[in-house]
Amino acid sequence: MRAARRRNTELSLLILALIIGSGALALVAVARSTDRLADVIPFMIVLVVGYVCAHLVMRRFAREADPLILPLAAILNAIGLAVIYRLSPKGSGPAQVSWTVVGLVFFAATLMLVRDFKVLSRYKYILGFVGLGLLLLPATPLGTPINGAKLWIRFGGFSFQPGELAKICLVIFFAAYLAERKELLAIASKKVLSFHIPDLKHFGPLLVMWGVSLAVMFYEKDLGSSLLFFSIFLVMLYIATARFIYMAFGFLLFFAGAYIGYQVFDHVQLRVRIWLDVFNPDLIQGDAYQMAQSLFALATGGLFGTGFGQGRPDLIPAAETDFVYSALGEELGLMGTVAILMIFMLIVARGLRIAVRARDDFGQLLAIGLTVTLGVQTFIILGGVTRLLPLTGITLPFVSYGGSSLLSNFILIALLIRISHQGAAEPDPAATAEILIGGRGSVPR
Amino acid sequence: MERQIRRVGIGLIALFLAVFVQLNYVQIFAANDIANNGANVRALIKKYSVKRGSIVTSDGVEIAKSVATNGKYKYKRTYPEGELYAHITGYLPFAGEATGIEAAYDDDLIGEGGTLSMQDIQDRLLGSGERGDDVILSIDSRLQEAARDALGDNVGAIVALDPQTGEIRALYSNPTFDPNPIASFDAGAAEDYYQSLDPNSGTSPLVSVATSRTFPPGSTFKVLTASAALESGRYQPDSTFDDPDEIDLPLTDQTLTNYSHQSCTGTGEIDLFTALRISCDTTFAMIGLKIPDDIREMAERMGFNEPLPLETGTAPSTFPTIEDDEEPLRAYAGIGQGDVAATTLQMAIVAATIANDGEVPKPRLLHQIIDASAGVVNEPEPETLGQAMSATSAAEVTDMMVAVVDSGTGTNAQITGVEVAGKTGTAQSAEGANPHAWFISFAPADDPQLVVAVFVQNGGSFGAEATGALVAAPMAKAVLEADRRLRDW
Repeated sequence: MRAARRRNTELSLLILALIIGSGALALVAVARSTDRLADVIPFMIVLVVGYVCAHLVMRRFAREADPLILPLAAILNAIGLAVIYRLSPKGSGPAQVSWTVVGLVFFAATLMLVRDFKVLSRYKYILGFVGLGLLLLPATPLGTPINGAKLWIRFGGFSFQPGELAKICLVIFFAAYLAERKELLAIASKKVLSFHIPDLKHFGPLLVMWGVSLAVMFYEKDLGSSLLFFSIFLVMLYIATARFIYMAFGFLLFFAGAYIGYQVFDHVQLRVRIWLDVFNPDLIQGDAYQMAQSLFALATGGLFGTGFGQGRPDLIPAAETDFVYSALGEELGLMGTVAILMIFMLIVARGLRIAVRARDDFGQLLAIGLTVTLGVQTFIILGGVTRLLPLTGITLPFVSYGGSSLLSNFILIALLIRISHQGAAEPDPAATAEILIGGRGSVPR
Repeated sequence: MERQIRRVGIGLIALFLAVFVQLNYVQIFAANDIANNGANVRALIKKYSVKRGSIVTSDGVEIAKSVATNGKYKYKRTYPEGELYAHITGYLPFAGEATGIEAAYDDDLIGEGGTLSMQDIQDRLLGSGERGDDVILSIDSRLQEAARDALGDNVGAIVALDPQTGEIRALYSNPTFDPNPIASFDAGAAEDYYQSLDPNSGTSPLVSVATSRTFPPGSTFKVLTASAALESGRYQPDSTFDDPDEIDLPLTDQTLTNYSHQSCTGTGEIDLFTALRISCDTTFAMIGLKIPDDIREMAERMGFNEPLPLETGTAPSTFPTIEDDEEPLRAYAGIGQGDVAATTLQMAIVAATIANDGEVPKPRLLHQIIDASAGVVNEPEPETLGQAMSATSAAEVTDMMVAVVDSGTGTNAQITGVEVAGKTGTAQSAEGANPHAWFISFAPADDPQLVVAVFVQNGGSFGAEATGALVAAPMAKAVLEADRRLRDW
């Protein structure tokens, strides 16, 4: 009963999301030229068919799962598609439609293959090393540098950013490892200078995995991912151990590391300089050009925006990837940017809810890890393009152009949905006990 | 772990709230400051995305138009006639304020003024292909060219206008400049050219001599003094005055002499009519001493002491209020010297008032505004600045001015078969500098078709020998004749 209601809710929300998404696509097409409407109709059909199929897969394989996550992802994906099509109707636009299909296939495959997410914890070390391997891949001869950062590998005609997928693998590893050892990690067995310090040997594998991945990202100049990874790790450690001191110590380490990075690396100094002094006439036509264009786009958009297809977001370099939010802000205004922000907040809220309702430590840690990944990644890039933080290039989940990003985010929500389904489907032993002994008011009197 | 999860949730919400606050700052509170940064080319792209209307002369010559480019900026503003109309069209700089007609009719030229045609609405809904309205000026290209040719290389100005409607048919000043480089998309080159024109100097070619620089009008001002004399009721054209070799200036031991340093007639007596015809300084100096307030009021009725209302802007001509302790200046004011200073346009308006039965026409450059699809959207009616004097007085002054050309100082402006009314002026400028040459005129005297005012700074190529009669009168004649050929009057 409840499962059917949830799926029906999901379907109606999905229809709403697809109507809005198709409308956005139609708008950008007409803004280009009135006779371009026909060009986007195949895209709309692909979107509708793709998401309805994903929904049907959920009806079969995740009946009890959260009904909001898929529609929320769909609307982000569709609006992103409209912006990307508007910026690049011949290149990235159609490509993103194909990537959406690939992403949805991976979404469905994840749901079908991972029937029980707990199985994943068994493969934690394999996944950990796979994650590490994926991270290292661009540093091998397979890697191709794009825009200064060496994050890509190329095989056949495709280029792929393995770091996106690596994050998910490493989150699974952390969740499994922490779930297994959280008591050990929380126990302070030694005392140094009136501080209780846990036994370092339990941290070994964790610190190694974490340290290596950070080093690799830093070496590859992927500052956004380094920051993201650092935060995920600290948050998961805090959740597992409930020891705030770890987080405080971690952030202390972070600032120390950031300071050293700032002193040592020119590109870090430049990022900070651009952040602080974006309108400096010496920088604005050079290094700060992109950042300034992002702010001009947002400021020009104002409250209501110029309207889809009426602005000039094409002036921002990399508008379809890292700066997609600014492109959106120019044409949809604060109304649009805040709406997108709220959609992300809703996804994060659903993720937190799933984490709370998960019935075991691994489920909770995995759900929170995935949610924090999505939330912090969103924050890092939105903070970057709005000049709240120094810019570190990273994609906006579901909205930015890019196959790797889309694909891994679809896998991410598929895992969340799987946890959600299991959390709702399996009766909680404790709750069962309460019903049996006539406990709290869930029993009709 | 629930407690930790909730805390992390609160932390994430705090991060999102920070983004929300920053978005409000960037998109609302600081939006104007950020968007108005010079490095934001969006406004420029928008400015050049509309096919701005053309500026066209009354005979159909496009003197400013937008031509399509292949670059980021869709249309470039060009001025096909270059220097000839620079002070009229003004310019639309890549960065900075527009001037001239470009500024005065900006709304119409970009298509935001007046009425919305169906085409406009369609263009706007589709956000493409917008086209501004064309501004048709009263300027006649052939008369403008005649004015340029007449003035030649001399520094000065020629203004020709229709005395009934105030429509300006030629408005040429030398020095002038080429507006094209200022409209260049290369902001650096545009700025270099602009600075090479020495924008803040008193002689910059950017400033129109005709409308925005003032000089003592000299004897052409006697037309105004005579008008005030007749209107005061104290004088008639045949009122007689003493005709001394010189007059003593009150409060001083100085004297004011005629141009020839002797009496005007040699008979000891002169009437007002003759005094104007032969431009007798002592007579008008005496009138200046007698009725200073009447003259100032007449001058103000004709537009002095305030900028004349012209679309491209003007500098005010001045006629001072002279206190009793400066009484000698009143004598000089009567002959258009001392602190009296006028633009060429102002002196054209003085002549036009006489030609227009004493009514002051409001000068203007606009003939009509035309929408590409809807036709004429605005064609203003002629306006007047008021009645400066009676038609009778105007007719009496006209007779005097006809005599100037017929048998007085202005015979160089005679045109066979047409009665020309005119007045010469040879104005002292700075000590030791060559005099300015002036001529104001209209023709035919009985049915005025065109007013022409000519100003040549420091006598132009004639140097110290320059007089209004010698330098300026032939130029006025050339422009009058050109118009006569064009319109067959």
